[in-house]
Amino acid sequence: MYVAVKGGETAISNAHRLMADRRRGDRNVPALSVEQIVNQLSLGVDRVMAEGSLYDPELAAMAVRQARGDLIEAIFLLRAYRTTLPRFSNALPIDTNRMHIERRVSATFKDIPGGQLLGPTFDYTHRLIDPSMAGDEAVADPVKRERPTDESCPRVTDLLDGQGLIEADVPSNDDPGDLTREAIAYPVGRDIRLQALTRGDEGFLLALGYSTQRGYGRTHPFVGEIRIGMVDVEVDVPELGFAVCIGAIRVTECQMVSQFKGSTDTPPRFTRGYGLVFGQSERKAMAMSLVDRALRSDEFNEQRLAPAQDEEFVLEHCDNVQATGFVEHLKLPHYVDFQAELELLRTLRREAEIASADTPMSEAAE
Amino acid sequence: MKKPSLPAYNFAYLDEQTKRMIRRAILKAIAIPGYQVPFASREMPMPYGWGTGGVQVTASILGPDDVLKVIDQGADDTTNAVSIRDFFAKVADVATTTRTTDATIIQTRHRIPETPLTQGQIIVYQVPIPEPLRFLEPRETETRVMHALEEYGLVHVKLYEDIAQHGHIATTYAYPVKVEGRYVMDPSPIPKFDNPKMHRSPALQLFGAGREKRIYALPPFTNVISLDFEDHPFKVQRFESRCALCDAQDVYMDEVITDDRGGRMFVCSDTDHCETRRSEGYQGAGLPQHGAAKADWEAAQ
Repeated sequence: MYVAVKGGETAISNAHRLMADRRRGDRNVPALSVEQIVNQLSLGVDRVMAEGSLYDPELAAMAVRQARGDLIEAIFLLRAYRTTLPRFSNALPIDTNRMHIERRVSATFKDIPGGQLLGPTFDYTHRLIDPSMAGDEAVADPVKRERPTDESCPRVTDLLDGQGLIEADVPSNDDPGDLTREAIAYPVGRDIRLQALTRGDEGFLLALGYSTQRGYGRTHPFVGEIRIGMVDVEVDVPELGFAVCIGAIRVTECQMVSQFKGSTDTPPRFTRGYGLVFGQSERKAMAMSLVDRALRSDEFNEQRLAPAQDEEFVLEHCDNVQATGFVEHLKLPHYVDFQAELELLRTLRREAEIASADTPMSEAAE
Repeated sequence: MKKPSLPAYNFAYLDEQTKRMIRRAILKAIAIPGYQVPFASREMPMPYGWGTGGVQVTASILGPDDVLKVIDQGADDTTNAVSIRDFFAKVADVATTTRTTDATIIQTRHRIPETPLTQGQIIVYQVPIPEPLRFLEPRETETRVMHALEEYGLVHVKLYEDIAQHGHIATTYAYPVKVEGRYVMDPSPIPKFDNPKMHRSPALQLFGAGREKRIYALPPFTNVISLDFEDHPFKVQRFESRCALCDAQDVYMDEVITDDRGGRMFVCSDTDHCETRRSEGYQGAGLPQHGAAKADWEAAQ
């Protein structure tokens, strides 16, 4: 006998209770603290801040813990909180020239003014699981350099620009758009594009960037420079008449030097792809700069043939909170529509049976 | 480490500026029936695909005196309907109901109630893909031009190809409609069975697509015609069986598999309609009529 399924409310609350139990795990093991996550899983926290587009390590760490380490779920938690926050004003553009540099590498020149600085990188580590890390062994203090008083670390692209070898970086005084506050209308400006990319899913952008390297929208990229470090965030306060620093954030910037272009009016120059991401995330910043350059194909009269060059395709699908929602919503009930399909399918099959029964054998044999 | 302070939420969750922005979009949508108005959709505390568009529309039109009904697949007790109803009960403290006739606002996914809606009621549809041309042309830049030029030939070609291939129009849900002789509109993934209920409905019909950032609307008494051909007129599904619980016919049915030997029964998809009929004394063939089985069944209710 059929009894209509009731009790959704109890089922939901019991499911959440079970989930909370699984999240906590064995009660004899101490609970993770937010400090532990901020300090020891900092790159995960950075990714959540970058794609959640909210710079707040503690909140991001809370989200990671609440999401049981599912970073896309954590990003979603942070986004849902971010959307409720009031906007006071736009910060001034951060000046990465004045970055307190922790890491800086260039692949285009052996040495550069200000020097190359490896910093805290996985590069050149041997990927061997380290048994000593199972315990909590003492870790040596880092070697620190003397910080030069008047350190000058000009961006490599600025050096090229000085010689006219790369397209100029034209500053804009327009207020940047905000795709979280306005509906997107294609084609969009580079401001919206970069905003979408910096919030975009690391895996999706990585795959797209990779595809350009394999010939789907090739851009001949060179890493002009990657720099990671702290930069000041300044806000103009109208009452004061000058900019005030409201804090510092860690960012990763990647300047990709790409395929040169020229025309009858201008001699050939390198072109730029740009990546800027909250926290330390070289992979994301590099992928972003590859995709940014690929998306600029119209500007350089390049044929748009590859997925990475297709603005609507890239921007509509790079947001992992949207993507995961729509993919996962398929698990919601769809039985009304399925019933409609079922009815039609049965009708078609019935008609096909009748039709085949009507077919004389001689015809069927032909 | 300091505890970050989480703010108290506004009535119906969204802040007033956001509601104003959404109401402006709704007004524009009502002024141009069937036209998809872009709006700055917010990230909601439920995932995209779970009805964020419908929730934003409902949140923007909800007042303290409203009575809210939420259905999913026609049922008030599906988990997501329960979850959305609880959300509004919590953040807006509004009265909720399962009775179609008592509701001032009905948020729905995939169905229109069987009980005809009346003047003054608002039905809010959750929409996954608002663009009726999307599966014919994936690019928004293209489809917007097609709407502007009223270039709807492709839809008819698709329907024609269905007939050529299957002998029938093979679209069974999200069946495209033409609104007031102008815009072709996606009615959301309701079964085409429900399409005729949209036509000249006295209720205001609002459609919210959160992930796709679009709102559209049908003001009361709008002409909504399902696309068809003269020699292949639009037809809705018809179920042979009657509801096993309330004996209703000519309603949309859920097929329930009762065992692994091919046993199945049909019951009303609209749970309120079914319950109302049973309270009026109608009994379907699937209900135990007497004895211990009847007592068991009543206890289970």
